[in-house]
Amino acid sequence: MSSKQPNHPSLLTVRNLNKSFGTFRALRDVDLDVKHGEFVCFLGPSGCGKTTLLRAIAGLDLQDGGTIHLGGRDVTRAPPSERDFGIVFQSYALFPNLTVAKNVGYGLVNRRMPSRDIAKRVAELLAMVGLPEQGDKFPIQLSGGQQQRVALARALATSPGLLLLDEPLSALDAKVRVRLRDEIRALQQRLGVTTIMVTHDQEEALAMADRIVVMNQGVIEQVGTPEEIYRRPETPFVADFVGHMTFLDAVVTGPNSVRVGALDLIVAEPSAAAIGTAVRLAMRPEEVRTRSITLDTPNRFEARIGELSFLGSFCRARLEPVGSSGTSIAADFSANAMRDLSITAGETLPVAFPPEALRVFQEVGR
Amino acid sequence: MSTAVQRVSVATSSFAEKRLVVGERHVAGALIIALCLVLVLIIALPLWALLSKSLESSDGHFVGLANFVTYATTPTLVSSLFNSLTIASITTVIVIPLAFFYAYALRRSCIPWKGAFYAAALVPVFAPSLLSGLALIYVFGNQGLLKSWMMGAPLYGPIGIVVAESLYAFPHAVLILVTALALSDGRLREAAEALGTTRRRMFWTITLPGARYGLISAGFVVFTLVITDFGIPKVIGGQFSVLATDAYRQVVGQQNFPMGAVVGIILLVPAVVAYFVDRAVQRRQTALLSARAVPYVPQPERKRDLALLTLAMAIGGTIIAIYGTAVWGSFVRYWPYNLSLTLKNYDFSAVEPSGWEPYWTSLQLAFLTATIGTALIFTGAYLIEKLKFFPVLRGFAQFLAMLPMAVPGLVLGLGYVFFFNASWNPLGLFYGTLTILVVNTIAHFYTVGHITALTSLKQIDREFETVSASLQVPFWSTFRRVTVPICLPAILDIAVYIFVNALTTVSAVIFLYGADTKLASIAIVHMDEAGAVASAAGMATVIMLTAISVKLLHLFLDRMVLGRLQRWRYR
Repeated sequence: MSSKQPNHPSLLTVRNLNKSFGTFRALRDVDLDVKHGEFVCFLGPSGCGKTTLLRAIAGLDLQDGGTIHLGGRDVTRAPPSERDFGIVFQSYALFPNLTVAKNVGYGLVNRRMPSRDIAKRVAELLAMVGLPEQGDKFPIQLSGGQQQRVALARALATSPGLLLLDEPLSALDAKVRVRLRDEIRALQQRLGVTTIMVTHDQEEALAMADRIVVMNQGVIEQVGTPEEIYRRPETPFVADFVGHMTFLDAVVTGPNSVRVGALDLIVAEPSAAAIGTAVRLAMRPEEVRTRSITLDTPNRFEARIGELSFLGSFCRARLEPVGSSGTSIAADFSANAMRDLSITAGETLPVAFPPEALRVFQEVGR
Repeated sequence: MSTAVQRVSVATSSFAEKRLVVGERHVAGALIIALCLVLVLIIALPLWALLSKSLESSDGHFVGLANFVTYATTPTLVSSLFNSLTIASITTVIVIPLAFFYAYALRRSCIPWKGAFYAAALVPVFAPSLLSGLALIYVFGNQGLLKSWMMGAPLYGPIGIVVAESLYAFPHAVLILVTALALSDGRLREAAEALGTTRRRMFWTITLPGARYGLISAGFVVFTLVITDFGIPKVIGGQFSVLATDAYRQVVGQQNFPMGAVVGIILLVPAVVAYFVDRAVQRRQTALLSARAVPYVPQPERKRDLALLTLAMAIGGTIIAIYGTAVWGSFVRYWPYNLSLTLKNYDFSAVEPSGWEPYWTSLQLAFLTATIGTALIFTGAYLIEKLKFFPVLRGFAQFLAMLPMAVPGLVLGLGYVFFFNASWNPLGLFYGTLTILVVNTIAHFYTVGHITALTSLKQIDREFETVSASLQVPFWSTFRRVTVPICLPAILDIAVYIFVNALTTVSAVIFLYGADTKLASIAIVHMDEAGAVASAAGMATVIMLTAISVKLLHLFLDRMVLGRLQRWRYR
C-alpha cells in the first residue's frame, strides 16, 4: 500500500501558490505537502479558496504564481492530461449516454487494453464500489449515491496516483451521505490511494480525513489531524469554524490565568501574552462541566440558566455566571444530564470550565 | 485489490500520456486557428469588402464619404430610404399586436386546436417570402378574386408590400412572443388574485410587463426582416422602390458597385441596432425569471377564450386562405376566368429556360449547406465553448460567429459580390458556382445555428472535458462518444433550420448565382418578371411543400428514431 515510491517524502508539494480573479485574491502564498497514501480534506467556508486550490492541483485553472510537484515531477504548467489524477465532482459528471460499464471503462478504452481485460477490470471496480451487475444500466436509472459510486469507480479505473474529490457528497441526502462517506474512507484505506477531498462540511472532514487543511480567504489557517484541529485550534477562525465555540473577552492576569468579568479562571496552557493584555478566551459548549463538582474543582462558579434550545439528543443552554451579567456562555447538556440535574431555565447551578479545555487567543486581526 | 493490474496500467498510463499530450494541444490549436480562418474568409472579409467598396469610386480610388454624399443628394435614392422606413414601421405596428394576441391565445388561454393554430402561423416560414406577394396578386390583384375589396386602390405598391410583409413577418414575431409568454411566474398572478386585482389590471401590471422584452425583441426583428426583404417588393412593389430593390438595381442593373455598397451599409444600420437591442434584452430577460418560478397554467374562462379563439381563427384562417389561394392558383388553367385545374403551370420549361433544373439545384444547395454547415457550426461551437486552449482566438471566433445575425442576407450577398469579384482575389473562380452559394448560405444562417449549438452544449456538464482529461482521453474522443450523441436533437434542429432557409432564401443568393446554378427561389423571381405568375406560384408551392415535408420528417425522426436511439434519456 504505502510502499509506493518511498524515495519521495511527499507525493504532492505545493509552494507559494497564488491566484487572483480580478482584484479578488483566491489563493495567497499557499504551501502544502501531501504524503503518500494520505487522505487530506480541504475545509473552509465557500469562497475560501479550497476549490481553487484543488483545481490548480488538477491543472484545471492555472495559478498565477508558485509551483506544484506531483510524484517528484514538476507539473506547474502541465495540462490536466499530463498529471496523474482521477477526479470526482459534486455533479457526478457521468456521461449520460453511456452505460455504467462504459463510463467506468472510459479511460481504459484509450489505452489499447484488450476488451476482455477492460470488461474484467470494470467488473472488478463495480464490485469494489458495491454495484456488481449494474453495468448495463444508464446513469439516469441509478440513485444519486449509486451514480457517485460509479463516478468513483471511473476515477479509480486508471489507478491514478492521486484521487481528487470535489464536494463529492454535497448533492446527496443526509443518510446516504453518511454511508457513502464511510465507504469512501474504507475504500481509500484499502487501496492506499492518496486522496484530496474538498468539503465545506466539518463533520465530513473530521470523520474522513487523516489531515485537515482549514482554509479562509485564500490562506491556510491550520493543517492538522482532526483531533488537533478540534482540540487545539490555532486561530480563532479555526476554533469558530470547526465545531461550536463560545468566545469571551478576557484579560491576562498571569502566565496561567485570565479574568473574564468577575471570574478568575485558570488556563492549562501557558500563554505568552503579557499581564494586562486583552485576549479572547474560547470554550466548547460540550466541555462545560456540571457533574461531580466540589469546592476544589478549578474554575468553578455559579451560573444562571438562560434560554434552552432542544436539539434532539442534547440541549444547548445559555449560561450567565452569577455576578457577571452580560456574559453569555453556550453549554451543551445531554438528555441524561437534563434529567439527572433537573435543568430548567431560570435556575442556577454550579458549573466548571476544565482548565485544559480553555484556549486563549491573542486579539490580532479581530 | 489486484496490485498487479494497478502497476501495469500505471506503466501504460505514463506511456499513453506522452503520446497523447503532444497531440491534444496541437490538434486543438490547429482546429481553432482553422475555424478562425474559415470565419474570417466567409464572414469578415466579405463585410470588409462591402465597407471598403462604399468608400471607393467606381474605378477603385478611395473617395471617403463622397458616395454617401451622392446618395443623400439623389432624391430618388433618398425617397427609397423614406419608403423603406415607412413600410417597415407600418408593418411592425400591424404585426406586433396581432402576433402578441395570437401568442397570448396559444400560451395563456384554453382555446382548442392550439397545435393547428401554431402550425398555421408557421406556414410562411416554409415558403419564400415572395409567395405571400404572389398570393396577394391572386386575391387582390388586377385579376384578383376580391379585387373589389381594394376599392380602386392599387395593390402593387405600398399597400401590397405592407400586407405581404405582414404575412411574411408574422410567424417570426409569434415565435418570439410565444417564448416570451412562456416565461411567466404563476405565483405573481396568484398573489395578484389573492389581493383582489381585476383582470384588466393584471394584464397591464403583470402580463404586459412580463412580455415587454419579447415585444421589443419581436418589434426589432420584424422591422429588420421587412426593411431588408427583397422578394416581396420585387414582385408586388410595382414602381414603388425601397432600399432592397435599390441595392439590386444599382448592382445588377447599373453595375454601380459603390452605390450598391452604400445602400448595403444603410441596410446594415437597423439590423445592427436590432442585434444590440436584442442582446441587451436577452440579458435582462434571463434575470426576470428566477429558477424557482412556478409556470403559469391557464384556467378556462369562457369570455376570454371565445374572444381569443375568434381572433386565432381569423388570423390563422387568413394565412391559410391566402397561401392556399396561391397553391390553388398554381393549378388553375387561366385565373380567374377558367378555374379548371391543370398541371401545365408546373411544366416550368414553358416559361423558364432551365425548367425544373433550379429546383434540383436548390435541393442540392439545401442538402450541402445543411450537412457541411451543421458540421462546421456544431464543431465550431464546441471548440469555442468547451476547449480551454487559446482563449483569445476562441473569443475572436465567437465574435465572428455572432456577426451574421446583424447582417441581412442582402448585405452579405453584396459583400460576397464585391469580395469574390475583386480582380486581385484568386477565389474569384468560384463566382457563380454552387460552392459560393453553399458558403454564402452557411455564413448567412450561421448565428442561429451557432446559438442553438451553444445552448445545447451549455446544458452539458462542463466537467466532462475535465474528467476526460484526467482519464487521459483526448477531447475529440469525448466529442465523438459523448458530446455529439447528447446533442443529436440540437444538431438535427440546426440541420433542418439551415435546410429550410437555404430552400427559401432569395436575398443573398440573387447576386451570386451563375448560369448553371440558378436556384428555385430565383427562378420564381424570373418567372414572375416574365409574367408567368402561375408558374412562379407553382415553383414556390413546390419549395414550400418540400420544406414542410422536411420539417415533418424532422418531427418524425425526433419522436420515433431518436426516442429509440436515446433510450438513456429516460428512466
